[in-house]
Amino acid sequence: MSETLPLLAHTSPESTVAWRAGVPIPAWQFIADAQSLAQRLPAGSPVLNACADRYRFAVGLCAAALAGQRNLLPPTHTPEIIRQLRAACPSVICLTDQLDCRIDLPLLPFPAKHAIRARDWLVPRIPEQRYIADVYTSGTTGLPVPHLKRFGALVRCVQTEAQRLGFTGSRRRAVLATVPPQHMYGLETSVLLSLHNGDAFCAERPFHPTEICSALTALPTPRVLVSTPVHLRALLAANLPLPAVECIVSATAPLPLALAQEVEQRFAAPLFEIYGSTESGQIADRRPTQSPVWHLFTGVRLCSREQRTWADGGHIETAVALGDNIESINEGHFLLGDRLQDVVNIAGKRNSIAYLNHQLLAIPGVLDGAFFQPTDADAGVTRLCALVVAPGLDAAAVLRALRERVDPAFLPRPLRLVPSLQRNSTGKLPAQTLRALLEAT
Amino acid sequence: MKPEVDVAARTQELDAIVRELATLITQAISLDVDPASIDPDAPLYGEGLGLDSIDILEVALVVAKRYDLQLKADSEENHLIFSSLRNLAWYVAAHSARTASPPQ
Repeated sequence: MSETLPLLAHTSPESTVAWRAGVPIPAWQFIADAQSLAQRLPAGSPVLNACADRYRFAVGLCAAALAGQRNLLPPTHTPEIIRQLRAACPSVICLTDQLDCRIDLPLLPFPAKHAIRARDWLVPRIPEQRYIADVYTSGTTGLPVPHLKRFGALVRCVQTEAQRLGFTGSRRRAVLATVPPQHMYGLETSVLLSLHNGDAFCAERPFHPTEICSALTALPTPRVLVSTPVHLRALLAANLPLPAVECIVSATAPLPLALAQEVEQRFAAPLFEIYGSTESGQIADRRPTQSPVWHLFTGVRLCSREQRTWADGGHIETAVALGDNIESINEGHFLLGDRLQDVVNIAGKRNSIAYLNHQLLAIPGVLDGAFFQPTDADAGVTRLCALVVAPGLDAAAVLRALRERVDPAFLPRPLRLVPSLQRNSTGKLPAQTLRALLEAT
Repeated sequence: MKPEVDVAARTQELDAIVRELATLITQAISLDVDPASIDPDAPLYGEGLGLDSIDILEVALVVAKRYDLQLKADSEENHLIFSSLRNLAWYVAAHSARTASPPQ
């Protein structure tokens, strides 16, 4: 197959690809920057794209794609993950726009200056079949697992998303995201959605509620806010006057209905939720204030096998097992149940208990240990707990070692040292036993 | 002018804010530590108290509510403000419309 697709959907050299500090960046500039960076990438080196600025991230993504290199997108940049990446891909380099970047890889600083304008306006094309990104999940064996994404599949997915969200017509949108572009949701819904729908994304990633409001205000209308339940909850609680948006998009974790209703009331705009995973990409959407039912993206099908639900079709190349219990309603619709037991979602970040236990047990001096979820899941963010057998270490030392290995969101609160863990006859530690042990310490 | 009196009063006020912030923070994010044991100069992020960005959002919220102030949209400054309990207390003392004593 030698089909190709354009790098972006913008049809005029002057159409805006991104906004930074209120200044528009035109399509010709983006293409020139990507082509210039593509020439500077060392041959045969996959790129850990760590750029914090979303414009630079997108330039890096497209530069690597043009050069035929993959972007490596691990879930976090802890020293342990970097060690594992280096072991798996010894030639990996890190593209960074941070002066104090501490990632232990050969660093390629993002060029300080924009590239000069090419004489002709020509949108480069990329083979649909080319792998452009390895997006990693934590897996269950202690090693991160890459999910290879082809250019064509990514583009098809966000084109469907644009249709589902009603991003049609000639008015170009400005998309502001509070999530990083390095994860699947941010990659799809901020960078790729804008690039392949002819819209413009905001280079900044605001964090505090006042920052989100001022960043939105600095953008032209119509605006789209791409966020998560955690960020939306904080934004509403700050009680600020909210700038006008065309719609709000949320993903990474289920949005409580009351919060969804409040978001729509306060913004006077519809809120859409996206369902997907790193493995499958985005596969469904809903407007929770109208219905709890999820609508599958065109072409995507669900089926049950081995007590799991699998997604297939559409942009999905080979069927993937989903991490949630799913109640199918009919061919195109479903309801979402609980997450499967081993999978945890802390403030929108996913991991598996098995992976976390592997990391804990890999710490020198730790003899036994287990992560688990406490029972009370109230409105706020519930953290994990861990019980650890490590004579000779104190809890702070174990925590310090864990910090090197796992994303901070999954660090246990509390982490308690115990003399031993009573495993049952199959060597397992039921969550109930662990909870009882925690209460006893 | 008696600057030494002002300095003492100022220090006392800051200490009071530090203590109150320690309690507010541990309650807001259900931290398993005694508020009195938190070192005012230890980093809040990462090593030290071990807060992450999700916590910082939560802390910013309770601080905004309690002291009636919004954090400015300048991420460089925000990083400094949240670098330690004492720096956060300085910021609160300088920008809050309310004093450290609880409102009615």
